[in-house]
Amino acid sequence: MAYSEKVMDHFRNPRNVGTIDDASGIAEVGNMKCGDIMKMYLQIDESETITDVKFNTFGCGAAIATSSMATELIKGRTVAEALKLTNSAVVEALEGLPPVKIHCSVLAEQAVKGAVSDYYKRRGLTPPPEAYIDELATEHAYDEEEAAVVH
Amino acid sequence: MKVYADNAATTRMSDAALNAMLPILTDVYGNASSIHGVGQEALKALDGARSKIAAAIGAEPREIYFTSGGTESDNWAIASAVTNGAKNGKRHIISTAIEHHAVLHKLKASGCDVTLLTVDSDGLVTPEQVKAAIRPDTCLVTVMYANNEIGTIEPITEIGAVCREAGVPFHTDAVQAVGHVPVDVGAMNIDMLSLAAHKFHGPKGVGALYCNKKVRLNIFQEGGSQERGKRGGTENVAGAVGMAAALERSVADMDANAAKVAALRDRLIAGLTKIESTRVNGSLTHRLPGNANVCFEGIEGESLLLMLDMQGICASSGSACTSGSLDPSHVLLAIGLPHGIAHGSLRLTLSEYNSDAEVDYILEHVAPIVERLRMMSPVWQKK
Repeated sequence: MAYSEKVMDHFRNPRNVGTIDDASGIAEVGNMKCGDIMKMYLQIDESETITDVKFNTFGCGAAIATSSMATELIKGRTVAEALKLTNSAVVEALEGLPPVKIHCSVLAEQAVKGAVSDYYKRRGLTPPPEAYIDELATEHAYDEEEAAVVH
Repeated sequence: MKVYADNAATTRMSDAALNAMLPILTDVYGNASSIHGVGQEALKALDGARSKIAAAIGAEPREIYFTSGGTESDNWAIASAVTNGAKNGKRHIISTAIEHHAVLHKLKASGCDVTLLTVDSDGLVTPEQVKAAIRPDTCLVTVMYANNEIGTIEPITEIGAVCREAGVPFHTDAVQAVGHVPVDVGAMNIDMLSLAAHKFHGPKGVGALYCNKKVRLNIFQEGGSQERGKRGGTENVAGAVGMAAALERSVADMDANAAKVAALRDRLIAGLTKIESTRVNGSLTHRLPGNANVCFEGIEGESLLLMLDMQGICASSGSACTSGSLDPSHVLLAIGLPHGIAHGSLRLTLSEYNSDAEVDYILEHVAPIVERLRMMSPVWQKK
């Protein structure tokens, strides 16, 4: 198992680490059993643009790198655009992940969706279906075929 | 600075081993089964290696079988005991929850009824537990001499005595112990023992299985008459010679090395546990001289290893990500650690090649890295 240069770059210098006190939406995904927990904070303005995003992650190198990359990919984007973020896009932006680490990218996608979902709920609105989180996916359901395709 | 502190994974070769191997590779390249001069020289070298290894563990040369390493030795010992047990209708094996996968996976595949004894919070199993678990149909007891992750040394002599009394063959995976702590198969009541050269500064790809001459050992690999007809295949003469030279050197220097390495280890453990919310894993009294294993709350092992590697420090962890599975180390779970703590483990294993300056370097770098990862962690709460 070896990480790409891009993964190591984001691991060495993770972007957007931290918390946002008055965040518009927050989500924590993953579980301690598997050893990956990501917490994501979004700041969203009236035009539904993500003006700031921060994360805290407990996990391996890939978990930190995928969190970092996901925040870069959605910063400055609209909520609708952020909901289109897929784990494959995160993997691609990181120039690949080892197959056993694909679940980390799934977690990053879930963290974004979860935080957007929280943003809707805080305003008393029903989150759009795209913000739905498949709980099973965060339990590290590992699809070898999918891993082979995106790697 | 580059610091190699992963000696439980493998060790660098000693000059003694390398210098013993080179002439075998260049000049004594004959097949030890050949009748001609260079073949007979190879056989002589092989026999010499066998005698040295036997002497190092208190065995007879004919009780030493060369193998490809610890995993093969473990597999062979178990396979043989299972086959011989089945002939007498015995299909029960006793082992522990903290064995190496070479033992655990082989036991699972054996089709036998396996009792895995639990260990206490130090990773220790007792002879009384073994005694209580022995049944009329027990065909093997296999308990590791010392644990590869947490360094705990098991009461092998006493467990061996229990097995002798009950007439049950006793195997021990001594891969982490041989060359580091005294091993005497006779005095310790050991019937079968696995060892691997690369754990005591010998070459990789070679090991040995000791089998008491009174215990039946089955054929492992069909072929020629090598290894008393039990493991066919042209012998790895250079490997065997390197292993013997490494072991001879390790045994000769054992007291001095153990004292030096244990002092480094103790300083390392003392320094690491100054970091808040850190615990030591494994027994502090029954412990391999070179093993330091700690858990840092709130962080995950793989990221810790990557950051240490960036500083030139080679270490190991029992986190899920480094075990290649979704669960953290079975050893850390067996000593009662919750998943969250087990994921934050760091194993540093030292040898006589490590120095005081290297321990200082490790201590200087671990604390800020742990701090940095904790600052990034959503589960870390300062106490």
